[in-house]
Amino acid sequence: MDSLFPVTLTLNGVTATHEVSQRTTLADFLRQTVGLTATHIGCEHGVCGACTVFVDGRIARACLMFAIQAEGRDIRTLEGFAGDRRMEVLQRHFHERNALQCGFCTSGMLATAHQLLEGSPDPSREEVRESLSGNFCRCTGYHAIVDATLDAAAELNAAAVATGGEAAC
Amino acid sequence: MLKPDPSKPLDGAYVGQPVPRENARRLSQGRGRYVDDIAFRNLAHVAFVRSPHAHARILSIDTDAARALPGVVDVVTGEDLKGLCAPWVGVLAHFPGLKSAEQYPLAVEVARWHGEPVVAVVGESRALAEDGADLVEVAWEELPAVVDAQAALAGDAPAIHPELGDNRAFRLEVGQGDTASAFAEAAVIAEEEFRFGRHTGLTLEPRSIVADFDPSLRQMTVHHSTQTPFQMQDVLARHFGLEEGNVRVIAPDVGGSFGLKLHVYGEEMAACALSIRLGRPVKFIADRLEAFQTDIHARDHRVKARMALSQNGEILAMEVDDLTGIGPYSVYPRTSAVEGNQAIRLMGGPYRMPNYRGELNIVFQNKTPMCQYRAVGHPIACAVTEGLLDKGARALKLDPLAVRQRNVVTADMYPHTSPTGYVFERLSHEECIASLASLMDYERLRREQAEARQRGVYRGIGLATFIEITNPGPAFYGVGGARISAQDGCVMKMEPSGDIRVMVSVTEQGQGTETIMAQVAATHLGVPLDRVSVYTGDTQTSPYGGATWASRGAGIGGPAVMKTALALKANLLETAAVILQAEAEDLDIRGGAVVNRGDGTQRMKLAELGRIAYFRPDTLPSDFHPEMTAARHYVPQGYPFAFTNGIQASHLEVDVETGLVRLLDHWVVEDCGKVINPLLVEEQIRGGVVQGLGGALFEECLYSPEGQLLCGTMADYLTPMAGEMPDIHMAHVETPTLTSPLGAKGVGEAGTAAAPAAVMNAINDALAPFSAEVTQMPFTPERILTALGKV
Repeated sequence: MDSLFPVTLTLNGVTATHEVSQRTTLADFLRQTVGLTATHIGCEHGVCGACTVFVDGRIARACLMFAIQAEGRDIRTLEGFAGDRRMEVLQRHFHERNALQCGFCTSGMLATAHQLLEGSPDPSREEVRESLSGNFCRCTGYHAIVDATLDAAAELNAAAVATGGEAAC
Repeated sequence: MLKPDPSKPLDGAYVGQPVPRENARRLSQGRGRYVDDIAFRNLAHVAFVRSPHAHARILSIDTDAARALPGVVDVVTGEDLKGLCAPWVGVLAHFPGLKSAEQYPLAVEVARWHGEPVVAVVGESRALAEDGADLVEVAWEELPAVVDAQAALAGDAPAIHPELGDNRAFRLEVGQGDTASAFAEAAVIAEEEFRFGRHTGLTLEPRSIVADFDPSLRQMTVHHSTQTPFQMQDVLARHFGLEEGNVRVIAPDVGGSFGLKLHVYGEEMAACALSIRLGRPVKFIADRLEAFQTDIHARDHRVKARMALSQNGEILAMEVDDLTGIGPYSVYPRTSAVEGNQAIRLMGGPYRMPNYRGELNIVFQNKTPMCQYRAVGHPIACAVTEGLLDKGARALKLDPLAVRQRNVVTADMYPHTSPTGYVFERLSHEECIASLASLMDYERLRREQAEARQRGVYRGIGLATFIEITNPGPAFYGVGGARISAQDGCVMKMEPSGDIRVMVSVTEQGQGTETIMAQVAATHLGVPLDRVSVYTGDTQTSPYGGATWASRGAGIGGPAVMKTALALKANLLETAAVILQAEAEDLDIRGGAVVNRGDGTQRMKLAELGRIAYFRPDTLPSDFHPEMTAARHYVPQGYPFAFTNGIQASHLEVDVETGLVRLLDHWVVEDCGKVINPLLVEEQIRGGVVQGLGGALFEECLYSPEGQLLCGTMADYLTPMAGEMPDIHMAHVETPTLTSPLGAKGVGEAGTAAAPAAVMNAINDALAPFSAEVTQMPFTPERILTALGKV
């Protein structure tokens, strides 16, 4: 049986110490140890993007990190984005545009789109396609995801113009 | 873009409206509940020792070290499970002559493909189960592997199942007319050999199951990522010797299926067997390597075909020889004969083709089993037909659009029977072609193509007319002896609040089944859409039915819901008439209230009707019993199955130096009958197109000559990603089927059916100045450069 080691990290704003085995990935830790199941596991080798989460504010593959590597880090999953305007606008447009079918890729897709819009608030269609190319979706054919991301960018930009600056995110 | 316009209230007519899915709201917030998300107490996990060889005899299995490992709960071999699970054989009576061998959850005596499960190890965690699996020692005697489908029929090929004789699983000939005379008279004969690589469904959620057996009552509850809960209930009951009513199958959120999640898999049967053995829940979630090794593969066809054309481009005849390899077994319970059967029967389907002969040979080989995946057989038939038609048109110097207009079955010819016996009620090829030409501005694209060629830029335009089989009746499986329901059912109730609950046997895997059923129910009951909730995917709570596959959800489940809504409405109006002392025929339900049919004046809200019916029936006549629930079933009628139709076009650019293909645009005009929800129809089409593009350009399950699967990760099995995919433009033609009150025919597979053909024709159009052609999918840069003579 595996020995357990303490790891202290900030998860969705709450700092706590958890017990994990050395070989537990961050993805398994989130899903099994903590019970945060918005993060999905599609390949476990860093290709499909379903397990994309934020580590210290940048997107990362939770299947390619061990949980003990998260020591001292700030981890944010989709569950931690309640009240985040950029994410809520993205989620609403994904819903309205039917930019998801089975939903298994969606958490990772939203995380990637969120980071894209943070750094590039007014991306071109090609830029959106390129930026989302590390996230596999088997259902939609991507067209609607690109539409929804651009719709969200337009809404966020309109709000930013209306308030004379960066919309609260 | 399709969005509901808030300034225009839907006014109760939700059918035809682009209503977003409530499920999409939930899933976009990470609130999905897939099998692996559900918590169980006392859960055990199973991992498998798999065959490292394509074909090998098991000499001995030593499980002692695994058993001794702390955290390992149980270790079982194929022999250990034989007594618990009756074997299965993937044959059906309506494919006479189809043969296959008995299968058990784990290989017994001989393993027949690389990755076949051999030993199951149960642990307190998946990691511990895998640790145990690493300690199992299997001694193997390697046997000669049959890898290539053509080699499987050679006289000296080793028989994969000696008791079945040779490796030919099935042979079929179909046809009509005199092809020999037609070819003798032809102005042009287009002849080609096409190859379709093996690929796989690659659902992002891998196959997942938790089996939970309660020995005290001999009841088994299975949470299963499946399309077909009732089929699996039947399979589990029969093979484990349980009462059918004691087996409950629940499909929670399913992370993609595409035909992959309706077959019987050894690992899933093993998980059920182990739960029976251990009396505790057992979970199996495939990892990606296991998915590549054991999810059904698809396609793998070599088709030699030729088409005879007259001087003015009329198709006179086709002759087709399809050889397909299905792995070592015909897959249970639907068989692996369906794809080949449909491929040779769909050839030439959109066209007035008087003479046809098709031959199908299905062979065993030591590779992962092959079975039905989205657009079963269609991409094969479509690419062969459309490829030969373009080749013939090029020889005759005819425009591809014009040659299609010349050959399609025209509006005056319906109902029309194809040379292979398919009957088409009413299709709309001419309208679809005309709509496509305008949507894509065909003439302008042709002019731009010619200009680009002057600059050394090689663009291609490819067209592919298609038909799609939907709404299968009992002819599909039931007549062959498969216990797979051809009908679907619905139970609908009004609650005291006036809210409507709909239980329906068709299932949801993201395509939007639940939303369109809510639209149908709300429309025909006369209630606001947000007062309707739909429940699917649980054998214990929904009526019995076939569920969602073969594009049957809307076309069969839809009318079931419509009939039930009308029945419930009649019940509610009967009660309202008693309360209001009116005649039921003078009343109607609109906007969630009982109104006067004539002037629309509101008489009572449904919540008031519910209050009286449920809580104050004492105020009603003493012999009156308010009926607040209705149930109806629907069987597809009139034809063995329905057909949809349409046409796709691909516009792309080939870099003749690197062989890379850049997709520029893709268009689809489709006719799925009545469109219940255009938002969902369009996304079904787009998703299907991209799966077709994957098979055409990227995806291939590669094997070594020894039968070792070479693509075990998503890094070496290429898939379509957002950056490589084009925008997909759509238009609709609506020809409702007259066989159902709803008129919907289904739309799940049309995108996948024709996208590979459109891309192939576009590449060959781009390469035409070089007299180069490609006919082997996927069209990799290497294959394109080979065709160009550059490598």
